[in-house]
Amino acid sequence: MSEVANTIFSPELAARFDKLVTIYPLKRSALVPMLLYAQDEVGYISDAVVTEIAQRIGIYELDVRNVLSYYSMLRTRPAGKYNVQVCTNISCMLRGGYELLDHCKKQLGIGHKEVTPDGLFSLEEVECIGACCWAPAAQVNYDFHDNLTPGKMDEVFAMYREGRGKDVK
Amino acid sequence: MADVTFTVDGTRITAPAGTLLIEACKSAGIEIPAFCYYPGLSLQAACRMCVVRIEKMPKLQTACTTPVAEGMVVQTETPEIAQARKATLQLLLGNHPLDCPVCDAGGECELQDMTFKYGAADSFYAEPKNHREEQQWSPVVFFDRPRCILCYRCVRMCGEGMDVFALGIQNRGASSVIAPNVPAVQSPDDLAHVDCEQCGMCIDACPVGALTSGTYRYKTRPWEMNHVATVCTHCGDGCKTTLGVRSTSDGSEIVRGDNRDKSGMNGDFLCNKGRYAFDFANSPDRITTPLVRQPDGTLKPVSWEAALDHAGKKLRELRDTRGGKSIGVVGSNRLTNEEAYLLQKFARSVLQTNNIDHHRTADYVAFAQALSDHPGRTASQLDTTTAKAVMIIGGDPTNENPLTAWNLRSDVRLNAARLHIVNHQQIKLTRQAKSFLQISDLSYGALAAFLAGDDSAVDGLVHPAADAAAFHTFRDTVRAEESLLVLIGNELRGEDLKRLLNFGVTLPNRKFALLSDYVNSRGAADMGLLPDMLPGYTPATSTNSFGETAIPMAAGLDMLEIFDAAAKGDLSALYVVGANPVLRYDIDPATLKNTFIVVQEMFLTETAAIADVVLPAANLYEKSGSVTNSFGDLQQVSKAGDRSGVRSDFEMIVRIADKMGANIKALVPFGKGTYADMGQTRGAQSGEADRHAVWLTANHLEPRTSPFDANAILDEIQRLVPGYDKMLRLQLLSGNAQHLEPAAQPSNATRRDLVLPSNDKLFTSGTLGRFSPMLEDLQVNDARLAAQKLVQIDNQAAAD
Ligand code: SF4
Ligand code: SF4
Ligand code: SF4
Ligand code: FES
Ligand code: FES
Repeated sequence: MSEVANTIFSPELAARFDKLVTIYPLKRSALVPMLLYAQDEVGYISDAVVTEIAQRIGIYELDVRNVLSYYSMLRTRPAGKYNVQVCTNISCMLRGGYELLDHCKKQLGIGHKEVTPDGLFSLEEVECIGACCWAPAAQVNYDFHDNLTPGKMDEVFAMYREGRGKDVK
Repeated sequence: MADVTFTVDGTRITAPAGTLLIEACKSAGIEIPAFCYYPGLSLQAACRMCVVRIEKMPKLQTACTTPVAEGMVVQTETPEIAQARKATLQLLLGNHPLDCPVCDAGGECELQDMTFKYGAADSFYAEPKNHREEQQWSPVVFFDRPRCILCYRCVRMCGEGMDVFALGIQNRGASSVIAPNVPAVQSPDDLAHVDCEQCGMCIDACPVGALTSGTYRYKTRPWEMNHVATVCTHCGDGCKTTLGVRSTSDGSEIVRGDNRDKSGMNGDFLCNKGRYAFDFANSPDRITTPLVRQPDGTLKPVSWEAALDHAGKKLRELRDTRGGKSIGVVGSNRLTNEEAYLLQKFARSVLQTNNIDHHRTADYVAFAQALSDHPGRTASQLDTTTAKAVMIIGGDPTNENPLTAWNLRSDVRLNAARLHIVNHQQIKLTRQAKSFLQISDLSYGALAAFLAGDDSAVDGLVHPAADAAAFHTFRDTVRAEESLLVLIGNELRGEDLKRLLNFGVTLPNRKFALLSDYVNSRGAADMGLLPDMLPGYTPATSTNSFGETAIPMAAGLDMLEIFDAAAKGDLSALYVVGANPVLRYDIDPATLKNTFIVVQEMFLTETAAIADVVLPAANLYEKSGSVTNSFGDLQQVSKAGDRSGVRSDFEMIVRIADKMGANIKALVPFGKGTYADMGQTRGAQSGEADRHAVWLTANHLEPRTSPFDANAILDEIQRLVPGYDKMLRLQLLSGNAQHLEPAAQPSNATRRDLVLPSNDKLFTSGTLGRFSPMLEDLQVNDARLAAQKLVQIDNQAAAD
């Protein structure tokens, strides 16, 4: 049973949070992991998520928002079902990261941090995702795609559109 | 800690080990610039303005975070340091709007001063500036984002200092921004707001003009004001405030309240009332001409001469025909000590009545009687800044005595003081408390008995959430404290209060204070605005004279008895000075139909509205004198504002006495030779020596030359009022607070309990609050926020 009545999270996540706040010397150290897990489950950090996490840790909602706004990986609006994150850091940039990003924008018809009207894709320009050896790289949800070209990217899109992609959260 | 010696700019300095370099330098008169450092708040090291060169350290170091060490050699002003500071300034100015000509902080801005000093007028940043519109976060807090230099002072002030945590910092890097606790997205009006105590401490701490005040913004330039240091007129804490005043066509308008000299007992602190609620003084609703009731029943403006003449003649006639006993006098908690003393002297000697009272908000008589024989047992407000352990019984300092709460929070934060609280509510200070026990609001008496050692009283205290053992543990804990400051709310009165105090003085190192509601509640009691107590708590039944003044030897009617007498038709006249008993005590105006009423007031209150003579009064910000805070700390007040048409209560009392044909020299000992001085020629014992003149000479004081000189009465207070004889004039005149201990005669007589708490909270302040537009705005704002239930600053447990 969750420590919080009427939790907005699934029973599994609620149980995980119950534990999480007990394992750090300071409760608030659980804040960032909680935000990440909540985002994975809810899709974004909604006001309700902020409220419940603040309540769970015993801090103010303002404290949660302070931290939340610091990290660009935490979002406060829903992303698409598949969140496409294109790296444009140095290695990827040298190997066509910007071209790839431009291609994605054109193909999806959306810009940075935007969502396609059908809600299937969202696009983000991100910093290094640790796949420099195989630059340029992109990440769709938690799945990596590397050594990309605009053509290969189209295949990636097709794969997800047709439901063949991994739906890792 | 042991002292260490080190060298700064070639000067050898000694300071306790652990002192921050920036503080050690300040004490030695060496200024190191700082934006983010703020004494008493946590260290931030965000701005890099305080950099200094320390030998044997690789890079420039921040003086605000470096503790001094033995043998340290420091340079604070070298070309290298100047260049570093200049570079910092250039970065800060990168997006700074430099709208100094219209900025509130212009002329008082730390960024401006530093730019002036280090000459960072040129910038290498050619990008266009990023403008953001100013935001209104509350009626009093405005935020101008581009001016913000991200020093975090406001964030720490609100969180650590106020324990409100209404401000945060959001985003990252160049887009970092100070954010209030009600975000725009959650606000019905789509604008960001602060849900907070509205103290304005964040504004005060802001080194630039990024946070500005609703009352002051865009009103004037700092150098166009005169600054007068005086005491806040609201609660009983006694904050020193500096009022910025400016001439207007009908006097002198107060445009700002702050505490720029920080020399008072409040240090940095002012609550929202001290900071903003001076505006009642500028209210258009003020009465500025005397009014006299006409035969047709209306109040009509008349000349001062006519009004005073009418009041004086009528009072004299009623005294002579129906006797002093038929006259009632009501004084105020916001008079100066001099005025309160004069008022009771006038009542007792000229009106010949002891029927005098005021709105009592704490039982100072019992307090004084219990502690007078125990020197050193009454606490000063200053004790709240250093006490190692504090017990708070009743009261709600955060809302009713904000400075006391601020000092206690600081004491806990900076000195690890231990707070022990017993209250019928979970007051906000429990967040800082080591121990807290809740009791019913009816069991304070049982609590006093239990704390004083009566174990059986615990039966009256226990409830499902706290058993007898909890109370015993609590008592053991506070008894185990080596020293203890005991702050008592108005819940404890009379016998219960005495019981606690009588027991308390049997333990060593216990000091006590009784919290009350108004600026001079304590002074009003000390000065004898009571039917049964003369000044200094001398029983009225014990003597037929006070000093040289003959007075009736009998207790007079108290507040309620005065109005009972009126209802019975026995009250011929009522003289009300700065009070509104009709509203406060819910008096039916019809019962006063046949009473001649004189009211000295700022506004046409419910009491003034039914008066026969209304005399327009000055407020505490418009006169000089002294006041005594809840703790018994005496301070000077100075005239700051001015409104043409009004007079001080002091002057009005004297002039009414004059119109009554009283001997003014006996009432206010001014000039030389107050009395026929036959003593000097025939030996002191045999004649009527002018004791006041003798005392003045002995104390090297000049005779006052004006009957309106409050100092003439202050001389008499010092000469005659027990407790106030210890007053040090130099302290008073230097604007310093001094603690005075009451000197009452112990007594076991039971008195009627007439304590009526004002119940003023952060956004109300008796009559003044009703005429303060800013407090009204804050009440509306607070109600709106409460209805939205967005942030509950009261109910949240402290974050770890
Ligand atoms: S006004 Fe006071 S309580 Fe409100 S945000 Fe500023 S410091 Fe905090
Ligand atoms: S608003 Fe003022 S006090 Fe707050 S961070 Fe900005 S400059 Fe500093
Ligand atoms: S704490 Fe009391 S004395 Fe101080 S500013 Fe506030 S109302 Fe005035
Ligand atoms: S730079 Fe793109 S993955 Fe490292
Ligand atoms: S004052 Fe030292 S870094 Fe800001």
